[in-house]
Amino acid sequence: MSAARYSYVGLNLREQDAQAEHGAQTLIFGFWIFLMADLVVFALLFATYAAMSVHGVADGPAPAELFSLKMPFIETLVLLLSSFTFGMASLALKYSAKRSSLAAWLLVTGVLGAVFVAMEISDFATYISEDQAPPQRSGFLSAYYLLVGTHGVHVVSGLAWLLVLLVQLAVLGRVREVKLRLLRLALFWHMLDVVWVCIFTFVYLFGASA
Amino acid sequence: MEDGYWLLGRLDWQALPFVRAWRHPSVSEWIGAGAGGLVVIAALAVLVMLTRRKAWRRLWDGWLTSLDHKKIGIMYVVIALVMLTRALIEAVLMRMQQFAAVGDPGFLSPEHFSQLFSTHGTVMIFFMAMPFLTGIINYVMPLQIGARDVSFPLLNSISLMLTAAGAALVMISLVVGQFSTGGWSAYPPYTGIQFSPGVGPDYWIWAVTLSSIASTLSGLNFAVTIYKERAPGMTLFRMPLFCWTTLCTSILMIFAMAPLTVASLMLALDRYAGFHFFTAEAGGNLMNYANLFWLFGHPEVYILILPAFGVYSSVISTYSGKTLYGYKSLVYATLAIAVLSFTVWLHHFFTMGQTANVNAIFGIATMLIGVPTGVKVYDWLLTLLRGRIRFTAPMLFSIMFLVTFVVGGITGVILANPPVDFVVHNSLFLVAHFHNMLIPGLLFGMIAATQHWFPKAFGFRLDETWGKISFWCWAVGFYLAFMPLYALGLMGAMRRTSEWLRPDYSPLMLIALLGALLLFAGFVSLLVQLGVSVRHRDRYRVPVGDPWDGHSLEWATSAPPPEYNFALIPRVEARDAFRQMKRRGIAYARPEAYTDIAMPKNSAVGPIIGLAGAGLGFALTWHIGWLAVLGFSVIVGAVIARSFVRETERLIPAASVREHHERWLDAVAATPRVPRVQELCPSNRGHAEPMA
Amino acid sequence: MSENDLPESELEGRKTERRHYVVGIFWALLLTLAAFALVAADTLPPNPARIAVSILALMQIVVHFRYFLHIDLKQSHRDDLHLILFTALIVFLMAAGTLWILFNLHGRML
Repeated sequence: MSAARYSYVGLNLREQDAQAEHGAQTLIFGFWIFLMADLVVFALLFATYAAMSVHGVADGPAPAELFSLKMPFIETLVLLLSSFTFGMASLALKYSAKRSSLAAWLLVTGVLGAVFVAMEISDFATYISEDQAPPQRSGFLSAYYLLVGTHGVHVVSGLAWLLVLLVQLAVLGRVREVKLRLLRLALFWHMLDVVWVCIFTFVYLFGASA
Repeated sequence: MEDGYWLLGRLDWQALPFVRAWRHPSVSEWIGAGAGGLVVIAALAVLVMLTRRKAWRRLWDGWLTSLDHKKIGIMYVVIALVMLTRALIEAVLMRMQQFAAVGDPGFLSPEHFSQLFSTHGTVMIFFMAMPFLTGIINYVMPLQIGARDVSFPLLNSISLMLTAAGAALVMISLVVGQFSTGGWSAYPPYTGIQFSPGVGPDYWIWAVTLSSIASTLSGLNFAVTIYKERAPGMTLFRMPLFCWTTLCTSILMIFAMAPLTVASLMLALDRYAGFHFFTAEAGGNLMNYANLFWLFGHPEVYILILPAFGVYSSVISTYSGKTLYGYKSLVYATLAIAVLSFTVWLHHFFTMGQTANVNAIFGIATMLIGVPTGVKVYDWLLTLLRGRIRFTAPMLFSIMFLVTFVVGGITGVILANPPVDFVVHNSLFLVAHFHNMLIPGLLFGMIAATQHWFPKAFGFRLDETWGKISFWCWAVGFYLAFMPLYALGLMGAMRRTSEWLRPDYSPLMLIALLGALLLFAGFVSLLVQLGVSVRHRDRYRVPVGDPWDGHSLEWATSAPPPEYNFALIPRVEARDAFRQMKRRGIAYARPEAYTDIAMPKNSAVGPIIGLAGAGLGFALTWHIGWLAVLGFSVIVGAVIARSFVRETERLIPAASVREHHERWLDAVAATPRVPRVQELCPSNRGHAEPMA
Repeated sequence: MSENDLPESELEGRKTERRHYVVGIFWALLLTLAAFALVAADTLPPNPARIAVSILALMQIVVHFRYFLHIDLKQSHRDDLHLILFTALIVFLMAAGTLWILFNLHGRML
């Protein structure tokens, strides 16, 4: 049944129960809607940033003076890699009976996420202390910190969620609820990557190409 | 920093209206203190009553922790009615002030008047209209699609409690501190820290944020419910129109609440952390606030109106004894309105300074949206045509809606012309226009809905005489209160003004005041109607559950319905499912077998999150650090703790379902069928004789 | 139960799905590298460079949806796909409208 297998990657409940399948579909669909509402939030932050990075520089630094490509590039690689490792975790969840390989992939993902957050914080610290570019300096900087910071807060929430799920894996085992939560966390994590693609393009690459 | 800041933040004695009234006595302050006192006394009275009747347990187990969509719906409507009371009193006060303030400062200080129009708007939109329609949807929609509950019952409870938390914050602002004076739209830079250093805008920000998060979650819940929980055979195009309008409203809630959240978050960052999103310096752009706010604000108008459209569709077809005319055109018109509502937001700020081309395009889009709305009006008229119309209270509200809404629509098309808009922008003409849309387009619909579905929810009909008295108060009151405002607007009266210099405004202001008093009388009549009906409930009982010869599935079960709605999920074979069943004689059929039914267990997570949310909002408003941290931690902790709970459902055994259902079926068989002419007689026990 | 106890069909499934992720990360990395290289090399003038990286970003978003979020044209994903396309429409209306309005206003303030 290849259709059923693909219906949601990571979902292999090994249950024939139509009721359970329906419940899972409902949860995932609801989560997709949440993700889309979240995406609208990001879209508006992007639109605000796009306007303010041009009109709102005031007497602060312009994007081209502030951004370099090195850190964003490394951050991008880290985040992309974490998406891949989460994909491996999804496969382990679906096919491997061993709890350890699932936990290992999740841990790797978590570490990569933490590295990403740490790099972002160090970016912000550098901008604020060395470039005198705190969010209070100009509209452009306000919009920059809010946009990139909101993405960062999402990653942190994803990490917290991951931690809770690791505990649940240990305590409750691979029960249906935990599987479905891992599946939704996977969607969340991959969606953050999509947002990051827009951030490195419209914030950093646009800023550097002026 | 002062002593005690860590404990109470910016709170001090001066925050209490009683202290302010003592120190600076004036009529305005006394009214403020009186209102605050009223809130405190009412709250205490409720607490005392609950304790004396030993009702705490029942309230907690039966209502607050319940995940039953029907109970949650009723609680939403209760919130809406409480908040409606407040906002109506404010409306009457404002009318009195504007009448008294011709060539005179009147009895309210400008500051107090500004708070009144700000809370009136905020409450009416976020804490009256939204809870009202969410409540009606919650009650009716799952029944209409033949579901046992919404898809995510716990989320539903959390939405309710967050809405309640927001409403509570607005009520608290009467007693502690002052609300914003920046209008319901809270435009910066006026609401920025420089011009509004007090806590008013902070109250607004957090109350509205709580409400908008709650609405997003409700929209998500309803949309998933409609997509995934429909009874077998209930295809999308067999759904009652109310479900279609619910679906579109939900989609709008999902996408349109985000801009509001973003705008209020940015405003909060400006106020709390010195950011420059909307300041008038350092590259801030206050015009972006208008843009973001109305990106939410315009779809919001349709969030408010679409459910009422669904109610009218049900009511008009039921009391005409006909199927709805042009069902598909109504569906497509609803969808068109939903999409177009995202393309017109700029008409709220035609005068902001963009080029004529931009204004023209948004003006045209605005006029376009009138087309599908016009289609709907014709469909309803054609449903009435040659129907056997019964002029019951909900029907009267619906007919009054048709007439009045068209008047409002025409003034809307007038306002959609940018050059005309420049002339009447921000005048009372605008105030008249949007009340002309929202009172018939929302409030009449919600009142009609309560009249129509009340017997389903509580098992007895509402008193018809008082319903009609209320109707005439609302109808006449509306025209008296708002038609003069059109004229005043054209004469140059601007909105949100607390004092007039032109004596010729006086007569029109007097008429508007009389209208407002009549509207208030209409509301009081509704309360009287409720009291009278409860007292005579035995005469009005409709246990069989179909008092109006209804068309859709909610009438196919007992009144009130069991927790699980249907003993056996109905199979749907046509549009107007229950009407078809009655015609084919298969309504009230005895099921061959019963099964166990799994229903969600009660959960305290909703009330806990609501309480913590209110605490968090209050703490942020007053800069009380420890309370904010506590509130946030409780919310996160509750969610995490809940995720470890695995037994979330309880089983209702088939035997008990059978017992309950068979007893009802016996009652149905024993109840004589009643023709429509006896609809309002005590003989109407809810067993309808189907019309030919 | 060890991994080898998996039925033959599931082993096969795991292989195809793993390949799916590998292809996805390959394309994602390639497009990322291309975009950064394009700007770092500084060969194109700003505007064409921005258009080029925007197109690359759009392609990468499609890759992420296809290979990581598993959205495709199969029947079982219709609801999700409709939702995503509708969101794309709303996002476009909101973002493009905002930019149009704010840049237009800015132009009038000069």
